[in-house]
Amino acid sequence: MEPLIRLENVALSHDGGGSFVFRNIDLSVVSGEFIAILGPSGVGKSTLLRVLMGLVEASEGRVILSSGSASKMGGRAALVFQDARLMPWRTVRRNVEFGLEGIGLSRTERRQRVERALALVGLADEAGRWPRQLSGGQRQRVGVARALAVEPDLLLMDEPFGALDAITRGGLQAELLSIWEKTGKTVIFVTHDLDEAILLADRIIVLAGRPATVRGDLRVGPRPHDPSSPAMRALAGRLRALIGGEEDPGVEPYARFEGI
Amino acid sequence: MRLLAGRPAWATRDLAPGVRVVLGVVGLVVLLATWQAVVAYGLVPPDVLPAPTEIWPAWINEVSGGFWSQAVLDSLTHYSLGLLIGSALGVGAGLLCGSMPVVDALTGGAVRLLRPIPGLAWAPFAILWFGLNTAGATFIIAISVFWITFYAAYGAVRAIDRDLYEVAAAFGHGGFVGRMLYVVLPASAPGVMAGLRTGLGQGWMSVVAAELFGAPGVGARMLQASSLLATDVVVVYMVTMALLYALTDVAFGFLSKRALRWQG
Repeated sequence: MEPLIRLENVALSHDGGGSFVFRNIDLSVVSGEFIAILGPSGVGKSTLLRVLMGLVEASEGRVILSSGSASKMGGRAALVFQDARLMPWRTVRRNVEFGLEGIGLSRTERRQRVERALALVGLADEAGRWPRQLSGGQRQRVGVARALAVEPDLLLMDEPFGALDAITRGGLQAELLSIWEKTGKTVIFVTHDLDEAILLADRIIVLAGRPATVRGDLRVGPRPHDPSSPAMRALAGRLRALIGGEEDPGVEPYARFEGI
Repeated sequence: MRLLAGRPAWATRDLAPGVRVVLGVVGLVVLLATWQAVVAYGLVPPDVLPAPTEIWPAWINEVSGGFWSQAVLDSLTHYSLGLLIGSALGVGAGLLCGSMPVVDALTGGAVRLLRPIPGLAWAPFAILWFGLNTAGATFIIAISVFWITFYAAYGAVRAIDRDLYEVAAAFGHGGFVGRMLYVVLPASAPGVMAGLRTGLGQGWMSVVAAELFGAPGVGARMLQASSLLATDVVVVYMVTMALLYALTDVAFGFLSKRALRWQG
């Protein structure tokens, strides 16, 4: 299957010289996949997401899109930020509409997309409220709805639930999975939380080191994923080892967890 | 509020809006009564300070002679034109300098050079360039208002959370126009509005200054009256201006609260 987006030997250096944030990144994303990029804080996961989004240009290597010539994901990807980052002067409805303005959609089309997106995140009744009137979890849902409204091929999520309390986070994780099942979106989800990566993703890319490189690319196995099951605990141990810099002990990384 | 225990209630609690209004009226009445008493008991001679009770007849006199409405009309013209031109240019320049580093750097020197010069200092040039007329007075008022609104807008843009620009870029509004429309204008609105409100007050102060040079209006009328020692007429126009300012300020406060209701 042709990948939706492919990174070839991508590297990024902020000073344009020798000090790299990450390098030798090869990554291919197939349509419909749920991928987690796992790594310690400050390793460059969020920056890699911005390269995928086209907000940051790679210093080396290529970002190849399935459609061919375009060098940026542009309107085909949408980003959910860690801290929601809503526009405080816009109501919930107008925040969700943010990415739909100025791209030639009719008013009716915009309204329908906003309503669909708000319904998906369960905020249809809060459309007229201001961001300051929402809880942290609700704000983050609006951030998700804003990204979904663009109807992107690729949904990029930058530790979207990292700042939330455990209960809210658990609820939103379940909701995200149900949205993913309903919409079939391709998701790339950045996190430093092993259990979150295991719970959500089909595939976990481990990013670690300085400069960061891909330390592992593991399939999680059939759903649902229970992070407390023995197989998943074993996977977590393996991920932890990869982050810590050990060689991957698994000879056949995919086979080991299949059929669980 | 245990931390504040021991302080009297009037020093700790927020006042209810109704109480505020009543207290405001009480303060005003005390001021007027003291003023009246000072004159009535001969502490100050009446030709140096007119009593409040003398103001009303003087007011009626000015109105029936047609001077009052003419002066107010002239001053309102200077005020609104100066305010409009000064704040439009000030906000525009402030937004541009705030959001374009090149423009900011280019104008930085000139801004520092021109900023300390008060609007009134431009009066000789205003008279030379425009004459003792509406245009001259408008020019002086516009300069005073310009700097207030310029710095308000400039500061408001510089204070914008930079992350919002990334959100704009991620959702297709990353170009200059997109940033201006979708981030800079709405995000700077509270600061710009505060600057405009300060400008409303500064504008009235400049009206008097601008008209003292002879452009007809409230300020000019005050100058004529004071040269004839008609202090009661001077006070009539002082109060007139205070009322006009209060009116514009309340109206603007109302509009700005509506526009910024997202702030809650």
